[in-house]
Amino acid sequence: MSDLPIKSKAGPDWILKMAWRDGKASSKRLLLFMAAIILGIAAVVSIQSFSENLQENIAQQSKSLMGADFIIDSSQLPNERVQAIMDSLGGSDAQEVSFASMAAFPKADATKLVRVRAITQEFPFYGTLETEPPSAAKRYHVSKGALVDGTLMMQYGLKAGDSIKIGESTFVIEGVLKAIPGSSAISTSVAPTVLLPYTEVEGTGLLQLGSRLDYNYYFVNSSEMDLDQLDRELDPILDAENADLDTHLSTSQRLGRTYDNFGRFLNLVAFIALLLGCVGIASSVHIYMKEKLKTVAVLKCLGATRRQAFLIYLVQIAGMGGIGGLLGTATGLALQQSFPILLQDFLPFSIELSISLKPILTGLFLGVSMSVLFAMIPLMGTWFVSPLEVLRVQEEASAPRKTTILILLVILVFVFLFSLWLLGDWRFAIAFVLGIFVTFAILAGLANLFMKGIKRFFPTSWGFIARQSLRNLFRPNNQTAVLVLAIGVGSFLISTLYFTKDMLLAKASLENSPNNPNIILLDVQTDQKAGVIQTIEPKGLKVLDNTPIITMRVANINGISTNTIRNDTTSTIQDWILNHEFRVTYRDSMMPSEKLTSGTFAKIRPNEGLIPISLSDNVARDAEVVVGDTMAFNVQGVLMKTVVGSIRQIDWGQMRMNFNIIFPPGVLENAPQFHVLSTNSPDSKTSAQLQRELVKSFPNVSVLDLRQILEVIQGILDKISWVINFMAFFSILTGIIVLIGSVRTSKYQRIRESVLLRTLGAKGNQILKITALEYFYLGILGCGIGILLSVIGSQLLANLVFDLAFVPSWVPFAILLPAITSLVVLIGLGNSRSVLRSTPLEVLRKEN
Amino acid sequence: MSKILNVRNLEKTYISGSKKLKVLDDISFAVDAGATFSIVGPSGSGKTTLLGLCAGLDRSDSGTVELCGTDLNSLNEDQRALLRNKNIGFIFQDFQLLPTLTALENVSVPLELQGAEGAKQRAMELLEKVGLSKRIGHYPSQLSGGEQQRVALARAFSNHPKILFADEPTGNLDEETGEKVIRLLFELNKDTGTTLVIVTHDLDLAKRTQHILRLKGGKVLTNETTLVS
Repeated sequence: MSDLPIKSKAGPDWILKMAWRDGKASSKRLLLFMAAIILGIAAVVSIQSFSENLQENIAQQSKSLMGADFIIDSSQLPNERVQAIMDSLGGSDAQEVSFASMAAFPKADATKLVRVRAITQEFPFYGTLETEPPSAAKRYHVSKGALVDGTLMMQYGLKAGDSIKIGESTFVIEGVLKAIPGSSAISTSVAPTVLLPYTEVEGTGLLQLGSRLDYNYYFVNSSEMDLDQLDRELDPILDAENADLDTHLSTSQRLGRTYDNFGRFLNLVAFIALLLGCVGIASSVHIYMKEKLKTVAVLKCLGATRRQAFLIYLVQIAGMGGIGGLLGTATGLALQQSFPILLQDFLPFSIELSISLKPILTGLFLGVSMSVLFAMIPLMGTWFVSPLEVLRVQEEASAPRKTTILILLVILVFVFLFSLWLLGDWRFAIAFVLGIFVTFAILAGLANLFMKGIKRFFPTSWGFIARQSLRNLFRPNNQTAVLVLAIGVGSFLISTLYFTKDMLLAKASLENSPNNPNIILLDVQTDQKAGVIQTIEPKGLKVLDNTPIITMRVANINGISTNTIRNDTTSTIQDWILNHEFRVTYRDSMMPSEKLTSGTFAKIRPNEGLIPISLSDNVARDAEVVVGDTMAFNVQGVLMKTVVGSIRQIDWGQMRMNFNIIFPPGVLENAPQFHVLSTNSPDSKTSAQLQRELVKSFPNVSVLDLRQILEVIQGILDKISWVINFMAFFSILTGIIVLIGSVRTSKYQRIRESVLLRTLGAKGNQILKITALEYFYLGILGCGIGILLSVIGSQLLANLVFDLAFVPSWVPFAILLPAITSLVVLIGLGNSRSVLRSTPLEVLRKEN
Repeated sequence: MSKILNVRNLEKTYISGSKKLKVLDDISFAVDAGATFSIVGPSGSGKTTLLGLCAGLDRSDSGTVELCGTDLNSLNEDQRALLRNKNIGFIFQDFQLLPTLTALENVSVPLELQGAEGAKQRAMELLEKVGLSKRIGHYPSQLSGGEQQRVALARAFSNHPKILFADEPTGNLDEETGEKVIRLLFELNKDTGTTLVIVTHDLDLAKRTQHILRLKGGKVLTNETTLVS
């Protein structure tokens, strides 16, 4: 060999220079690629950053979230052992008793189920009781008045100075309760909070046997106390006494986990938007690189090595991804400012937002890595293109099959690892990646199938315009599959969300028949039963259920006492079975919402032997018992030995009087009990009238108006779906950008076609129709497949998760399909405007 | 005189579907350093394929190409690229300028690849030589065909090549512009002492070179020396 150099002398600076020179001239197209990932990154970063801020705020505000350092709570007055533990801790610093009760508002002549919280005036020790006027927070203790939830005040047009009647007592409303440590708007939406002075609760007459009361004892920590150790040591002891210890640390961790789970879910929705953008990048870069291959061949001809040629475009794509990542991160950080407003009803505290390095690095990393990974297959073309391309057209340069498969595997692993990082569980991550893969594959597969179908069964009898627009779908370098994917994924997401919300609401909805209860009366004492019935029936309403309720706890399972089970570290019986105070009824038949899965449902107590009871399948599972096993219950001091006679599956979604444990008649009739009655009110006016009369005569009876509760549930679902839709919107926007990118990328090709058609005599109007029809096919195909897939997905959800029949709503078909299709047509036409308006010569000059 | 290009028993076959098409069959010839040489023949005679093989853009099936004392078959693709960068200049029928680079940048690229100092200065001098000093910041799409070919000419000479391959250099130009470009090509060839290998179907142009290799059906028909000195 002569004086041939071993290595090219052009170093990294030349690569950068070339990438910049070439990129500068292609900046418009590169900007479009970049735009495809900006929104996805913005969505991921905004949620990441917000979640991080949320966790920080929860940690910082953990004491104010609880109002104290730790709480001991119980659904009964503390027994001696619990009292002794509390005394050993120096006694509680504040106490609270809370219960659900009907409240009457004389001014509005209305009643409403509320959550009464009677707290001693020391509370809260951390955080603040926010009231309007602020002075009311202290004054209500002195004046012995009440603080009432703001929404409730607004609902009934109440003002400070009006009165509220709880049980036997009437209180002056001192002010609006705006926030109390640990409560969010959502958590108080079913039963809004009414705050009373602790000293006044006795006078309401509602602290009687049978009332469902919760007692909270608040403690302020002495500095040397280790709360985690306290939690570890005392919680098991208190559990055995039906009490519970929660520290501000454990509570905030639990709260953090709850928001974290929701954040992870939103992150996945955001990640889908990013993936969609990446598919857009892959497609656009494919066409971009195809056009660049000639340039690469020339560079190779002039002496550039394969590595140099490859690196020029790799740097370009990585640079674009980096800038996209930065812009996406900046957008995401700006976007997160809106989250506290968006999520205000879900958050039990105010949130201060700050910017940390992690989400910024995440955004930048995602921008660079995702764009490079997804562009890698078309990028590899630069490596394999022959310099001979400058002399004659060669076969399309592409990476060997093995390299392509390897790149696809790397992409899959990357997506999996990122999902794993987001979800923290490899099974969920695999399920997510598989779900995405299957959805994308089905959409792309159907798009290809459609194109093949058109080719094979081409409608030759159609007119020229319809035929030409169809042909455009499978022109060389077409992006039909990518566009169908982009439109389809967006439609799939929106439509699935719609169907799921519909399903959840349908599951919770009431059948509007006089035999289905829509009003439930709780806490009716035995001596009040006849009186309550006397109030209901004269209004022409039927008492549909009259269910006795007896409270009891599990004493032993198969002869082993609950205490022994608790101390047995190998036992897998669920704690709640051992600690829960069960509300039990007795009856001789099953309800329509119940299905027997094993054993025989006992209609009456047998003369001899153990009492055969019926358990719900979840209790049987968690107590690890089957038919024939024995269980003993402590019924307010009396031990009752039973045998599991049957196990039932219960549809809890049906708003009926469902019970975990049912005794046969003839056992519990004489035990201390209260009753639940139900009726059906034909309208809200009758319901309101009944509630007013009941509250007046029986102040301890709580009335649940299921219609009102359903409205609340609907409201909550609406708010949640709004948040989810907000994230899904990013997918749609990304889809639109991918669409614009694709239209722009194929613009030159379209111009040539348009020019040719015009030269051959086509009118502007005909070209416009061809273009519009092409986008119409794309829109209807993408959106149609997306909605159909969502029907299949929702059917699976209905069968596997919600266990109910699914009847698809017509809304996505009637509204989403035409709306998205029109949007696609509009974007397509909007971006082809210059092509459609220009004369052939004008266009050719401009493009040359 | 030493041989800068030595081609021996060169063969090339393309496979199209199930058919084999022999485009070059036992081609042998040599080119002296500093000489002007043309390859002529009708369409499909294998001219462009031969040029590609001589310039190391493709590999032969058999036979050898020795360029600047190096057997091209012994080099891998990147080594051939480096050899091209150091020793070869190219001019193509359709100019093959990099569309996203200005005239000046296009001319600089071969020198930049060499890591040479003063690439920009040399590129400006060459563009001045071809009469485009006022068009250095223009992109190829902003230049006429003749101007583009002159930029290509400047680029071809920018790396001081030992040999320059020109594939139908006037094929896309009108007669007058073509003549100007050819005159410039020969002038530069004379000034720099670069060997010139032109592939053309234009016999008048071929007659202006010192040697003419005639191809037909992939075989050498004649290899003659003209009266040009």
